Amino acid sequence: MCLAIPGRVLELNGAFATVDFGGVKRRIGTALTPQVAVDEYVLVHAGMAIQVIDVAEAERTLELIREVYADLADEEIGPEGAGLD
Amino acid sequence: MTEAGWQDSFGDPVLVRRLLARLESIVTQPLRLMEVCGTHTMALFETGLRPLLSECGVELVSGPGCPVCVTAQADLDHAFAVAAEPDVTLATFGDMIRVPGTKTSLGRLKAEGADVRIVYSALDAVKLAQLQPDRRVVFLAVGFETTVPSIAYALQTAEESGFANFFIFPLHKTIPVPLMWLAGHPELRLDGFLCPGHVSVVIGARAYEPVASQRGKPCAITGFEPVDILRGVVELAEQVAGGRSEVANMYERVVKPDGNPAALQLIDRYFEPATARWRGIGELPDSGLELRRQWHQRDIRAQLPEFTPPVADPALAACRCGEVLIGKLQPPACACFGTSCTPAHPLGACMVSQEGSCRAYHKYHGMGGGDG
Ligand code: SF4
Repeated sequence: MCLAIPGRVLELNGAFATVDFGGVKRRIGTALTPQVAVDEYVLVHAGMAIQVIDVAEAERTLELIREVYADLADEEIGPEGAGLD
Repeated sequence: MTEAGWQDSFGDPVLVRRLLARLESIVTQPLRLMEVCGTHTMALFETGLRPLLSECGVELVSGPGCPVCVTAQADLDHAFAVAAEPDVTLATFGDMIRVPGTKTSLGRLKAEGADVRIVYSALDAVKLAQLQPDRRVVFLAVGFETTVPSIAYALQTAEESGFANFFIFPLHKTIPVPLMWLAGHPELRLDGFLCPGHVSVVIGARAYEPVASQRGKPCAITGFEPVDILRGVVELAEQVAGGRSEVANMYERVVKPDGNPAALQLIDRYFEPATARWRGIGELPDSGLELRRQWHQRDIRAQLPEFTPPVADPALAACRCGEVLIGKLQPPACACFGTSCTPAHPLGACMVSQEGSCRAYHKYHGMGGGDG
């Protein structure tokens, strides 16, 4: 029930926005994320955006993970995930 | 488009492999972690991570993070009695429809003529109140901190629009207090918590400090993609190995130290902490939210006569949801699992809700999944 889905804001209209969820468009409430702007990503739960997703932070996180876990991977699984699907 | 880049990367199989390799190298003795959130329970099955983690010596037990499942029987019975009132339209999230009460369910009441509607958001229920001014429209307000702000917003909308016929049946629960209870439970022997990501979006990472500092249990807040979950598990394993217990926020892209202030303010405007009844745990002070005094008229219970709970049904007594919800019992170990209790004929809420542990185990293990 705490499921929340990321989507991209296409249009703002007062306390509401049209959000694109991978092709599916929905109207959602933005009262909990008053700072949101068009083209930003929001996390949507029960018809309302509960947070603006910090995409730069997401990229930093990924960068960090790649850095921290790079060495082990090369020793133990060889080049770029061989044998994975 | 570049936008898919970061989203897909949290499922990157290369990173998954790397994180699993790291986990294997640091886990030297079996770890018992609780995934508090029902959405994590589902994600652990859907991504196939559960068996991989178990190969690394990490056992994940499901916690009380399914709001439908933790609703106490007496509260369900009371809500169902409200739904049966002739002038009431009861609006609810779909997950509640088939949850069995002592004598009936919302689905059964609906079939018998009660006006029960499934809505996607609390705001949809306000719309129903607008469309039917002669009926009392009651939103069955079940949910954790993730959901409460949207319900507070619905109350605000009803207030501003002057819809006096919109009510809620408040059954909200909040996460930090039961976590403290679970962390201090002597029989559960938990080594740490994967904290619920979307609850944390609202309440913030700091909310778990007492669990880590006073109870000595490491906490990792994570998202729901494979890389998110694994990174959280690795972090917990590192903390255990290093003898530390801290709150680690591994869902940085949406979780802030103090949560979402706009959402918290809205909650605070309408609700105050109160004692709540949890299935499997019992009553816990300050683990729920009731309407503040000035909004009491929006609580449907204040509008109706005192409720007398029905006598318990012995068939339901066999259900061990209570133990499942605190990680004491794995669903397949319940004698009813897959036999007298199935998703088509559920005995307990844990077999009904999309996020219920019994439902998840049943879906992914099939019937008779043994004691594992
Ligand atoms: S399998 Fe069914 S009866 Fe057993 S604990 Fe789960 S919901 Fe209850």
